[in-house]
Amino acid sequence: MNGPIDPNSWQYRQINARAPGLSYLSNALIDLVDEGHPVVAGTADLQYSNGLVRFAERFPERFTQFGISEQNMVSAAAGMASTGVMPFVATFASFLALLCCEQIRTDVAYSALPVRLIGHHAGISLGFYGTSHHATEDLAIMRSIADLTVVAPADGPQLAAAVKASVNHAQPIYFRIGRGQEPVVYEDGVGFQFGKAIVHGEGSDLTIIACGSMVHPSREAYRALRAAGKSVGLIDMHTIKPLDTKAVLAAAAHSRFILTIEEHNILGGLAGAVAEILAEAGSPARLIRHGIRDEYSLIAPPTHLYKHYRLDAAGIEATVLEALG
Amino acid sequence: MPNPHTPSDIALQPDAGRIALLRDRAEFVRLETLRLIQIAKVGHYSSVFSCAEIFATLYYDAMRLKRGDPRWPDRDRFLMGKGHAAVGLYPLLVDWGFFSKDVLDGYTRLGNPLGDHPDMRKVPGVDFSSGSIGHALSGGLGMALGGRATDRRFDVYVLLGDGEMQEGQVWEAALSAAHHKAGNLIAIVDRNGYQLDGQVDDIIGIEPLADKWAAFGWQVHEVDGHDVVALATLLRQLKAETSRVQPVCIIAKTSKGKGVGYMETEPGWHLGYLAPSDEALAAEEIKRGGKAQ
Repeated sequence: MNGPIDPNSWQYRQINARAPGLSYLSNALIDLVDEGHPVVAGTADLQYSNGLVRFAERFPERFTQFGISEQNMVSAAAGMASTGVMPFVATFASFLALLCCEQIRTDVAYSALPVRLIGHHAGISLGFYGTSHHATEDLAIMRSIADLTVVAPADGPQLAAAVKASVNHAQPIYFRIGRGQEPVVYEDGVGFQFGKAIVHGEGSDLTIIACGSMVHPSREAYRALRAAGKSVGLIDMHTIKPLDTKAVLAAAAHSRFILTIEEHNILGGLAGAVAEILAEAGSPARLIRHGIRDEYSLIAPPTHLYKHYRLDAAGIEATVLEALG
Repeated sequence: MPNPHTPSDIALQPDAGRIALLRDRAEFVRLETLRLIQIAKVGHYSSVFSCAEIFATLYYDAMRLKRGDPRWPDRDRFLMGKGHAAVGLYPLLVDWGFFSKDVLDGYTRLGNPLGDHPDMRKVPGVDFSSGSIGHALSGGLGMALGGRATDRRFDVYVLLGDGEMQEGQVWEAALSAAHHKAGNLIAIVDRNGYQLDGQVDDIIGIEPLADKWAAFGWQVHEVDGHDVVALATLLRQLKAETSRVQPVCIIAKTSKGKGVGYMETEPGWHLGYLAPSDEALAAEEIKRGGKAQ
């Protein structure tokens, strides 16, 4: 190549600089070790992708590179947890939740071992890498596994807060996180409690219940709608299981519509969890499910996909306005 | 990872008293298996009979355990890839004082913790739940790594079925364990030659098995899995090898149904139920000659 390399080019091993949200994972784990917690970590050939390389460099003796053997990694994490350490193992959500579903069910959750499973690049965030790499089923699959807590943090600060809160959480946890490029929602920090939703605002017309990567665009839409005089509420339902049923029912008591927003199939994930609660309670609020409509996602750059599926702020705002007629 | 033991005070060969004990405990495993399967009305007789001497040697010679304390952090670990042989393990756990015989005698009854496969959540002394074939070696690797991270020293034994060699995850774990120098991980393959649908080598052949493990970076030994002297001697030698970094695979050649003649010749007894009169005959045969060599 002639001349200097274009500063806009980048290489894989620098991806963490381009995915700042993921740096919160390693940083939180490093803090936990520094505080004396028996944290260990592992990945399946994705230490740059999920940023765990930072943890690995700081604590090589606490890090295991499993190579491309995801099922082995999950079962081994169960074995590690049985010896008294707290393993955090990470790989793409599509591989973790789908390929290792049975290892998670049988070795981790059934055995009640405090393994922390980090499914990153969830939803359609891997864009043009293809449908094999998209995880639009993981919430539904993980939610159906007994004793497994399922969390979808909205941004890096919330991820860090959830990771830190996990040291006092006895059950195994599936963390569903994005590609680390999600804009920060909680600039000023965030308190985190498993199973306790964050209510951004209440509205009598409609309440948006969003999780994970969809909290930020939902908040943008929420702000625009409020500015336009609509009585709209917003809940960040970061814990899909156990679901904050009180928050759902409170919203249903004062809103005509409940709108769930998730980067996931509308079957079985956040929408499914909310629907179960509303139906069982005989709630008069009408549920609208917004997400991937039981289809395989298309291939495109992520931003194009979010626009196509109306999972960006403009799409969410339009969905709310259609609901309100 | 060095081998945790430095048993300079342990002879490399079991003495006559120990050999008699191991044979007696293998017989005990078989007789208790007969008795418990009568309660369940169906069970894996021959899968247990092929590994009865392996159970006995592990629990009464090789493994470091503390009576009455199934969660002792420094204990050696035992995982069962062939989880369906758990019925033969439970009596040994009772013998170690990990839970009461009352529980054992309620095997498989509603509300009892003891099922066909071992469950670490419910059964004291079970180090890892299994049942889905192919996970246990990974679990054992994790324990070996966990011991390293917590600076605790123990050996991890994983009993694998030979049919289990057909599961891909076993080879993921094999690759990983050698790479991570899990020298305190010892896999024992119960090479009885049969799986549910027939002979392993007819279904999906696994030979040359020793070469495969060696090629994956493991130290490999082949032994008669019913010879308690050979088993105990080998396991003692391994314990004495304190600086080992290679994981170890022991291919234990066994006979499915060992101890009961018609089960040895009729592999259909992988899963079955003996009428009470047949059970009595099987018990007599076990007591007469089925004792380990």
